[in-house]
Amino acid sequence: MTYTIDALTKSLNVFHLAGSACNNCDIEILDALTPKYDLERFGITLVGSIRHADVLLLSGIFNRKATVRLKELLVQAPKPYLVIAIGGCPATGLMFRDSYNFEAPPSIPIDAFIPGCPPKPEAIISGVVTVIGALREGAIVPGCLQEPEANPQPAPEAVT
Amino acid sequence: MSKRTIVPIGPYHALQEEPEFFKLHVEGETVVHLDIELGYNHRGIEKLSESKDFEETVFLVERICGICSTSHPIACVQAVEDAGDICVPERALFIRSTVGELERIHSHLLWLGLAGHFLGFNTLWMWAWRFREDVLNILELVTGNRNHYGMMKPGGVRRDINDTDIPVIIKLLEGLKDPIAMFRDAVIEDPLVHARTRGIGVLTREKAIAYGALGPTARASGYDIDVRRDHPHAAYGMVDWDVITCGNGDVFDKAVVRILELFESIRIIEQCLNQLKTVTGPVDSDPRFVATGEGIGHYEAPRGEVFHYVRSDGSNRPVRHKVRAPSYMNVPTNRETVLGETIADATIILAAVDPCYCCTERMAVAVDSPGGRRLWGAQDLIRMSCEKTYELMDESGLRGPEPPPCAAAGQTRDSGR
Amino acid sequence: MKTRGSNSADTINRIRGALGEHLLNFEKKSGRRVYIDIAPETVLEASSLMFEETGARLQIATGIDTPAGIEVMYHWALDSEDCLVTIRATVAHEDPSLDSIATLCPAAEWIEREMWELLGIEFRDHPDLRHLLLDDNWPQGNYPLRKFPSGQEVIP
Repeated sequence: MTYTIDALTKSLNVFHLAGSACNNCDIEILDALTPKYDLERFGITLVGSIRHADVLLLSGIFNRKATVRLKELLVQAPKPYLVIAIGGCPATGLMFRDSYNFEAPPSIPIDAFIPGCPPKPEAIISGVVTVIGALREGAIVPGCLQEPEANPQPAPEAVT
Repeated sequence: MSKRTIVPIGPYHALQEEPEFFKLHVEGETVVHLDIELGYNHRGIEKLSESKDFEETVFLVERICGICSTSHPIACVQAVEDAGDICVPERALFIRSTVGELERIHSHLLWLGLAGHFLGFNTLWMWAWRFREDVLNILELVTGNRNHYGMMKPGGVRRDINDTDIPVIIKLLEGLKDPIAMFRDAVIEDPLVHARTRGIGVLTREKAIAYGALGPTARASGYDIDVRRDHPHAAYGMVDWDVITCGNGDVFDKAVVRILELFESIRIIEQCLNQLKTVTGPVDSDPRFVATGEGIGHYEAPRGEVFHYVRSDGSNRPVRHKVRAPSYMNVPTNRETVLGETIADATIILAAVDPCYCCTERMAVAVDSPGGRRLWGAQDLIRMSCEKTYELMDESGLRGPEPPPCAAAGQTRDSGR
Repeated sequence: MKTRGSNSADTINRIRGALGEHLLNFEKKSGRRVYIDIAPETVLEASSLMFEETGARLQIATGIDTPAGIEVMYHWALDSEDCLVTIRATVAHEDPSLDSIATLCPAAEWIEREMWELLGIEFRDHPDLRHLLLDDNWPQGNYPLRKFPSGQEVIP
C-alpha cells in the first residue's frame, strides 16, 4: 500500500453532487451521517467544496445543464480521488435514459457503484467499506490515477 | 446610493432540493431583487410518461421526488381513476391516507431538522433526524421500503396492511408523540428561535393568493387552503382532524404550522388504523383498462397540493400527463419574502418554503467588492447565520457560561455543509 | 372532519353567464369537474373573471398538442366549493400565441415560460419570457412536447 492510498483511505472527506436526482439517495447519504448510522464517528464528513474532498459521491442522472457543471467539478478535484456512484441512476440512467434532456455522461472514472433505488444507508456504508478494503489490498487503483487507454485510432498525419 | 452586487447561490443548489440557481441582488447587506434559474433537475418526466403504461407511470412519478414519493403516486392514480371512472375499495383509501400521513411526518421532521441546522441549532437537526428514523421504520414495516414505497396503483394499493402489524404501528406512533411535543416546545418556546425567525421573510396573505402559494407556506400566511379538506379524497373525508393555520406568514409561523400538523397526522393515522380493523375487503379493484377521457388528481403533499392531469385515449398509455409539484408555486414567493432582508437571513427564508433542500449544499458566493473578489461557500453563509444567532444570544444574555464558538460549530457537525 | 361539500352550481352558472357568447362549449363531467371551451382571444378576460371576480386559485396551466391545434388549459380551483374548472382554448399550429396572464396573476409566470419553451406558444406581453427549464442554447424550434409539428422537422 502506497503512502498515497494510505492517506486517501483514512478519514474520508466526502463531496456530494446530486445531478438531476430525485433526492432520495441524497437523503440516505445524509441519513448515514445522522445519529442512527453516524458515519462521522469514522471520520467520514461532508465537505462543501470539491477541492477539499477525497471522495465524490454522484447521484441521479445528469441532464444537459448538469453535465456541464459535472465536467467543471471533475477538473477541480484534487488527485487522487474516488468517485462513487450512489443508486441506479448514475450507472444506467434507469427510466430517464430515454428523456430528451438526458445526456450520456462524460467518461468519468467511477470506482464503485452502490446500486439501489435508493440504496439503504447500510448499503452505502458497506459499499464504502468495500472500496476502502479493496484499495488497501491493492486490488483496485483509483480510476483517476489509471493511465488513460491508448488511443486506438492512429494520430492524423501531419499535412504538409 | 450603494453599489448593487449579485450574490449567486447555486446553481448546484444551495438550500434547495432541486438544483436551483438563486441570484440575490444585494445593496450592502440588503437583498433588493431575487432571480431564480431552474433546469438543472429537468428530466422530462411528462414526456417520458407518455411512453409508459398507466401502471408504469405510477412507478415513474414516484421518482419525481424522494421525499414526496407517495404524494405524486396518489395524485397520479387519482387522475387515472378520474379519467377512467375507476372505483377504489374503501380499505385501499384508508391505506393511502395512512402512508400519505406517515410521509408527511417524516418530511416535516426532515425540514425541521435542516431548518434548525441553518439557524445553528444543530441539536435540533440531529434529534429530528433521529426520530425521523422511527417513522421510516414504520414505513418499512407497512410498505417494505424506507423510501419509494411502491404502494399505489390505479384502482387501489399494492400491499395490504396486516392486522398483526396494526398494534405494532400504533405502539411506534405512540413513541413519537413525546419527541414531537419536545420539538414543539424546543421551537415554539425557544427565545432564540423567536429572535431569528419572528417577522423574518413575511409573506402576506395577498401575495400568497397572487402567487398561488400552497400548503404550509400558504397556511402560515392565513390563506386557509388544504386540499384534503377542500376537495376530499382518499380517507380524509372519513376521519376527524383540523387544518392548522397561522396569520403572520413569517418563518416562525411556517415552522409552527408544520410542527402542529405532525400531531394532526398522527391523529389521522390512528383513526385510519382503527378503521382498518373493521373495514375489510379487497384493496385493489384491479381495473383492466382506462376508458377514454381526462382526469385530474390532486393530493396535499407535505409541501402543498400536488396536481396531476391525465388524458387517456382508451389505450394503455396517457396521451398527456401534466405534473405540478407544490414547490413550483411556492418557490416564486421567495421573490417577495427575501426582499429587504439581509444575506444572513436569506438562508432560512429561502429554506422556509421547504423546497426539499435535503441534498447537501454546494454553493459559491462571489461578491464583487471594491476591495476585490471574495468567494464564500455554503459554510460561510451558514457561519454568518450562526454568528447572527450568537450575537443575539449575547445581546439577550441567553448565551451560556461556555458558549460554543461559532467556528467550532461550523467544523464539528456541519463542516463544509 | 366536516367537508365543505360541493355546491358549486351557482358559481358555475354565474361564470357561464359572465362569459356569455365567449363560451363555446360547456361540459360538466361531474359536480366537481367542469370543462369550458373559449376562443383564444378571450383568455385574458376569462382569467380575469376567474381570478379577480370569482376568487378562484390558478392550479396550473398546461397544453396538449392535438391535430386540431394546441389545446391550452387553465385549471382553476374553487376551493370553498370543491370544484375544479378547466378553461380551454385551442390555438392554431400556424400562429400559436396567447395573451399572457402573468401580470394579472403572478402564479402563471413560470408556467407560461415553460409552455413557451416546451410547446412553442408565444405569450404576448409576458414580463420575462425566457428559458425556465431547458438550457439557454437549446435548439430553436425544437419543442419537446409537440407531437404534430407543422412544417418543422421532427427532432428525435
